[in-house]
Amino acid sequence: MTDGAQSPDNWASNREHLEVEVPEGAVDPKLTGRRLSGALQGFGQMWQKTYQVRLDGADVTPEHVIAEWKANYGEFWPDNQHFYAPIAGIEPGEVGVINASQGPITLSTGVMVLYADERSWTYMTPEGHVFAGWVTFSSHEDADDVVVAQVQLLIRASDPIFEMGFKFGAGRIEDRIWQHTLRSVASHFDVDAEPTTEIVCVDKKRQWKNFGNVKLNLAFRSMGRSLISPFRGR
Amino acid sequence: MKGNEMPDVNLAMRVRDLGDGVRIIDIEGEITAFCEEVIVDAHQRAGDGARVVALNFLDLDYMNSGGIGLLVTTLIRAQRQGHQLVAFGLNDHYREIFSLTRLDEAISIYADEEDFLASL
Repeated sequence: MTDGAQSPDNWASNREHLEVEVPEGAVDPKLTGRRLSGALQGFGQMWQKTYQVRLDGADVTPEHVIAEWKANYGEFWPDNQHFYAPIAGIEPGEVGVINASQGPITLSTGVMVLYADERSWTYMTPEGHVFAGWVTFSSHEDADDVVVAQVQLLIRASDPIFEMGFKFGAGRIEDRIWQHTLRSVASHFDVDAEPTTEIVCVDKKRQWKNFGNVKLNLAFRSMGRSLISPFRGR
Repeated sequence: MKGNEMPDVNLAMRVRDLGDGVRIIDIEGEITAFCEEVIVDAHQRAGDGARVVALNFLDLDYMNSGGIGLLVTTLIRAQRQGHQLVAFGLNDHYREIFSLTRLDEAISIYADEEDFLASL
């Protein structure tokens, strides 16, 4: 890591609440005024999930991988998930909006860029997101000098409803999203490789003191909006 | 991170035993995601039989977001072992990072070692 990569400006500035400029075409997640929420503020068990793909044969540097990944971030996602990148790009303090479709429901949420440098960047979630924590995208060279692209989550389900969802399949959906993303990143560099997945339960305990997070659940808001929307304009 | 994939580790951690179950980990260098082994080792040495472990950030050169993740997993280990994890010596920038990431809601922060010792 170079000295230039070690700037305090790599971090978002401190803030009490989020302010979000919703990109055109996105369903507004109404995040303005919400606080950020890390893994310590969530409800469920804490998980560290690490997904990696080796870009064997690609003539790239970790810096190149991260630059391309940032520039094409939304395109690497599955078709039913839409990421509206901040207008200013993936820069510290900027907020990206996510519209994720599951059947007739579109979950609208977002993430703030907590940290970004030449070899990594990290999203932090807002209150009410599916999980509370951090998602870090990074690239490095392994012991064989092969460049690796990595996604690492340190998360808890935000509330009891989402925790139940994780137990009944949402966790596997999450895995598939990041495996798909890494396959897409590899494909972008003309590499056909299968990602690896490592899942570690960091804390088995649920944080019952955060049971009340359920009142901020963004899925409830999204479901309500989806149910009302057919009647709008009549 | 696997053991044979440890680029750019520039971190030293020294454990001081102040007696009565109070330990200090002096941090010197950079905390990144690649420092897991150094931090786990230092915390194991400090945490055994401790009632409070203080992280001294006075000589911290840099921390990225991977470092925040390591502090969270260290905090969980401390809770499992039944001792308190606190911090001192953070400069204004990293105090703000602790606030932004809401780590300060779980890790008590003191200005310096004197302030920490006065709290015991």
